[in-house]
Amino acid sequence: MSDPAAVAALESPGAAASAPLLEVAGLSVLLEINGAKRPVLRDVSLTVRPGEAVGLVGESGSGKSMTARAIDRLLPRGAEVTGSIRFGGEDVNQLTGAGLRRYRNKVAMIFQDPRAHTNPVRRIGDFMTEALQANLAVSAPEARRRAVDMLAQVGIDDGAKRLGQYPHQMSGGMLQRVMIAAALLTKPRLLLADEPTTALDVTTQAEVMAILDGLRREFGLAMLFITHDLDLAAAICDRTAVMYAGQIVEIRASALLHDDPLHPYTAALAAARPDITQTAHRLRAIPGRPLSAFEAPSQECAFAPRCPHATDICRTEVPALARLDGGVSRCARARELRGQLGGAPGG
Amino acid sequence: MSTGIPTAIEAPRFRALTSVRATGIVGIASAIILAAATFTAIFGPLLAPYDPELPNLSLAWIGPAGGHLLGFDVQGRDVLSRLLAGAQTSMLGPLVVVIVSIVTGSLLAVVAAWRRGAADAAISSGLDILFAFPGILLAVLATAVFGAGLPAAAIALSLAYMPYVARVLRGAAYRERSQPYVAALEVQGASATSICLRHLIPNMLPLIVAQATILFGYAMVDLAAISFLGLGVQPPRPDWGVMISENQTGIVQGYPLPALSAGVCIVAVVIAVNVLGERLFEQAEAGRR
Repeated sequence: MSDPAAVAALESPGAAASAPLLEVAGLSVLLEINGAKRPVLRDVSLTVRPGEAVGLVGESGSGKSMTARAIDRLLPRGAEVTGSIRFGGEDVNQLTGAGLRRYRNKVAMIFQDPRAHTNPVRRIGDFMTEALQANLAVSAPEARRRAVDMLAQVGIDDGAKRLGQYPHQMSGGMLQRVMIAAALLTKPRLLLADEPTTALDVTTQAEVMAILDGLRREFGLAMLFITHDLDLAAAICDRTAVMYAGQIVEIRASALLHDDPLHPYTAALAAARPDITQTAHRLRAIPGRPLSAFEAPSQECAFAPRCPHATDICRTEVPALARLDGGVSRCARARELRGQLGGAPGG
Repeated sequence: MSTGIPTAIEAPRFRALTSVRATGIVGIASAIILAAATFTAIFGPLLAPYDPELPNLSLAWIGPAGGHLLGFDVQGRDVLSRLLAGAQTSMLGPLVVVIVSIVTGSLLAVVAAWRRGAADAAISSGLDILFAFPGILLAVLATAVFGAGLPAAAIALSLAYMPYVARVLRGAAYRERSQPYVAALEVQGASATSICLRHLIPNMLPLIVAQATILFGYAMVDLAAISFLGLGVQPPRPDWGVMISENQTGIVQGYPLPALSAGVCIVAVVIAVNVLGERLFEQAEAGRR
């Protein structure tokens, strides 16, 4: 296990300049599944600075969403959490009651499926103004006025009419824009976006993404952006963390991630993406299947069984996160593989 | 060219038609019976043609005769007047029982589902203990504490029914609590009280209403039984349960009308309420799909 403070220092060289807004250090989560405690996150450490967008990329079950849920204290009951989550210097795991509600007003979350995350029998207006009225003591007419303004910001012009509508009267893309507007209404400082465009049509995806990214920059919000799309993360995030089997395996400036990865898994992810300039006769997949965190071996690198570069050293110990060329990598052979991993072939 | 738009507009009208058809004669009759019973409960004492509490022993056990449609009871009082006046306590008692047990039961269910863990365990085992006491036994206890009368009987039955309500609604509350929209409200910073009162309970309302109608029937029969035992409404106050109790000897003596007419009223209202409750529940389930 790596020393949290050391990792934070490793990861952000010269970080003294701006103190991190969110600091997750050595976060491990065990969930009780069918009576057995199973790890879903193992030693996750990452920081988000004010105004910074950090991507969190990984396959299904790699722990991306669990990380976000742990940060927003939404883990299922019985979850055993170790490690620390600090937001603006405050220990998030110790918050209760009103303190937790205030924290949640500062950390907004946007979910993958907007339809499941709205009460189907309540109007959009109720949903958007509830937190404002209940927690920030905003009057009802003022809350509605702010909601209409914010709807205009996300490109919904007839906001006053929309507030009286129910979720089923809107398309998925529009509802997701409403969710974004609702999340921004409480003036949060950090946005947790859990695959906000995955459930949408491709054409709507780009639109919603543009709105989200634009408003984030306008309001100077920090964002933890969860996606399985490496290119999307690269396009909108300053840095990207790659997760595999409940661990972070690499954190690197997004611009470098695709073409100059530090970890064989990132390289394999980049290579698995089909090249749109050529006709692929056979898509390049990573051999084997993704491991869940609880299946990951404790005595070897979790990616070793699927890694083309694995050697004996990979199978004898779990590698620690180590700093390399401005990023962080959890690979025993990262240094010797420098330059060999390359980007996506043909890309 | 029947596209999605026209069918979407026609859909609600179609639904309304089928629901009326499904309700049918039985449903409409039930609604009429319930409406009549409610009307009588409110205006019964004004409608009663004779004084329901004035005995005239020389008229005891006389059958229907001029102006007295249902004849006279054991003490020579007009049966129809007693039926009309008795509707008040017979309908009000179950209503109180239903309201008290539904309100307390839903609150306990929601608290258990929200807090889970120790709070849920405490509430659930508390309910299990209450389950062990039959309603009638609780009624005897309540009579000992509060004295015989409708309030004691209503308190006892409310306490006896509350665990059933809480048990059923706890499951529903658990289901609702695990809906993703609840997590979305939580991260918005909504308080537990506001989520429970403004979202969980309203979304459980169809089930709550269905439970209430079923309980109303049970409560009516049980309260009549308690009055029959002499622990509920006290004679000479008119009440359907009391009427059966007072006139039970008539059944063997060949004058069944006074006791039976009260029994028929109870049975009719109970069936009507149950039919309507079932219809409501079916519609709620259909709406859920």
